[in-house]
Amino acid sequence: MLPLFQIGSTGQGSIGETAVFQRKVGEIVFAYTVRRLLMLIPVLIGMSIITFSIVHAIPGDPARAILGDKATPEAVEKIRTHLGLDQPLYIQYFEYVKGLLQGDLGESLITQRPIAEEIGPYLAGTMELALLAMGIAIFFGMNLGILSAWRHNSAVDYTAMVIALIGVSMPVFWLGLMEQWVFAQELGWLPSNGRIDPRLGFEPITHFYLLDSLIKGDFYAFNDAFNHMILPAVALGTIPMAIIARMTRSSMLEVMRSDYVRTARAKGVSEFLVIYKHTLKNAFIPILTVFGLQMGLLLGGAVLTETIFSWPGVGQYLVDAINNRDYPVIQSGILIIATLFVLINLIVDLLYAAVDPRIQYGKE
Amino acid sequence: MSAQPTPSPVTTQDPKTEGEEREALNSSLRDAWRSLFRHRSAVIGGGIVLFFILLALIAPLLVPYGFNQVDADARLQAPSAAHWFGTDDLGRDIFTRIVYGARISLWVGFFAILGSIIVGSLLGLIAGYYGGWKDIIISRVFDTLLAFPSLLLGIAIVSMLGPSLENAMYAIAIINIPNFGRLMRSRVLSVKQEDFVLAARAVGMKDWRILLKHVMPNSWTPIMVQGTLGFATAVLEAAAFGFLGLGAQPPEPEWGKMLSDSRQFIQSAPWTMIFPGMAIMFTVLGFNLLGDGLRDILDPRMKQ
Repeated sequence: MLPLFQIGSTGQGSIGETAVFQRKVGEIVFAYTVRRLLMLIPVLIGMSIITFSIVHAIPGDPARAILGDKATPEAVEKIRTHLGLDQPLYIQYFEYVKGLLQGDLGESLITQRPIAEEIGPYLAGTMELALLAMGIAIFFGMNLGILSAWRHNSAVDYTAMVIALIGVSMPVFWLGLMEQWVFAQELGWLPSNGRIDPRLGFEPITHFYLLDSLIKGDFYAFNDAFNHMILPAVALGTIPMAIIARMTRSSMLEVMRSDYVRTARAKGVSEFLVIYKHTLKNAFIPILTVFGLQMGLLLGGAVLTETIFSWPGVGQYLVDAINNRDYPVIQSGILIIATLFVLINLIVDLLYAAVDPRIQYGKE
Repeated sequence: MSAQPTPSPVTTQDPKTEGEEREALNSSLRDAWRSLFRHRSAVIGGGIVLFFILLALIAPLLVPYGFNQVDADARLQAPSAAHWFGTDDLGRDIFTRIVYGARISLWVGFFAILGSIIVGSLLGLIAGYYGGWKDIIISRVFDTLLAFPSLLLGIAIVSMLGPSLENAMYAIAIINIPNFGRLMRSRVLSVKQEDFVLAARAVGMKDWRILLKHVMPNSWTPIMVQGTLGFATAVLEAAAFGFLGLGAQPPEPEWGKMLSDSRQFIQSAPWTMIFPGMAIMFTVLGFNLLGDGLRDILDPRMKQ
């Protein structure tokens, strides 16, 4: 973690001045946090309107669209009452939002079970996969970018950037299929789908399988769950990795030219420390912003990756719901992922504010 | 805040004469064109894009088969002289389907991006130029659209409209609107402060004329760069919708749909999966390279 407000203290002011300065900055960051939270309100309202519209903006009769053309009028009438489609639109919307605020995500038309209950394990599945994918993306992306910047304009740089460019252009679902073909089918190194070998009869607790197997001390299950994660996580992490690599490279190149880096080198600081301590610290700020944006790509990509690897996550849940025309599940699945995305961006923004005191928080 | 120009009884004239303006635009275009050719990635990217456009245009002349020509005797055949990229489970020639698929991908990408540029720019212009409540409403709409991971928003839209290629195109257009809208808005905000716009306003030029003659021409560069890069995303998104069964429907030779059909034959006939994926990747790569090149040449500031 970076030290807070390191740039503000130049070492020239007295300790008292520094304290005053830090308190002032603290107030600004607090005000920014409040403002940022308030800005969430219209976005969340907008999001609820969009997910609400998924059912209500279906051209024609939503009830008929859900049941298909062959449904009897009685069945259509029943579903209409069940979903409250016979009420005026504004009442339906307020009922919907009231439900959401009480944690009621509706009921699946297929399983007849509350979605809020059903979605938990799927959500854990997606989050576990996304976290590993993001970890891969950050670790390899940043190091690839650093390597590129360090050996600027060399063969290493060109190779790394070609890899990054191909990574950006690669459809995640194609990469997933290629991985399945090579590593699962041809070489047989890794399992091609699912989260864990069903023969293990693993009983999850939190539904984060890696965590659960550790809690239980079942290392065989841990190993199996991890092996199942590798292919989908690599597929999902590739595009963000490529983008992070490109961003890291350009950001590092800029900082490397600065005087203080030259000074550090002149002082005889080892190259490793110059790169990972002096340069990366300041190059990190623009890189941080791409993390937040990449999470959107990652969560969208999760829908595709989960479909390919039969990974029981929210994406798979959503795609099944689309195929079954289970509209309440489609609504809630999208709302949950979008909310997750908004929260991640909120955290990134706040981190950004904490890390970089140079931005003006008062203005947009 | 308010940008209402005061009506002036005097006949107004542009701060710059039309000839001068056109000459300046022409010479900057010539410069850009020249450096475009010197820029390696732009040339490679442009070449790839041109290749796929040509492929799409002359598709019927290039291949002896129809894209939906079923041949029960030639099912899942490996690549050969008769079938360069092999055949699929219905015995259809994969090369033929890829060539025709280029038409679909480019068509969807072009119209989707054109749509989002038109709507996004218009909204961005209004928000940036007029400010006030119009800006607040439009910006919040953009924020809301951007709050969704774009593919998810697309899925929401397609599940409302029903799965089809056309609806996937609308979805792609809608999810890309805020990108262009925000870009245009920020350009307008900076151009608005320029002397020539203030001058035009001072002499009582009408709002729409200022927007059309001064603000638009000074904002199109980043939009074009973003449009080229957005084309790459649109092709990817169209393929993703096809893959999920929300875009092109059978028997359309859409690349993403071809990939999803190939899933059952990964082991026995990997060519059914390799070639459509490569087609998507190279098209996207071409537009990405071209977009990066254009950005370096036309608008070095955007690199940040």
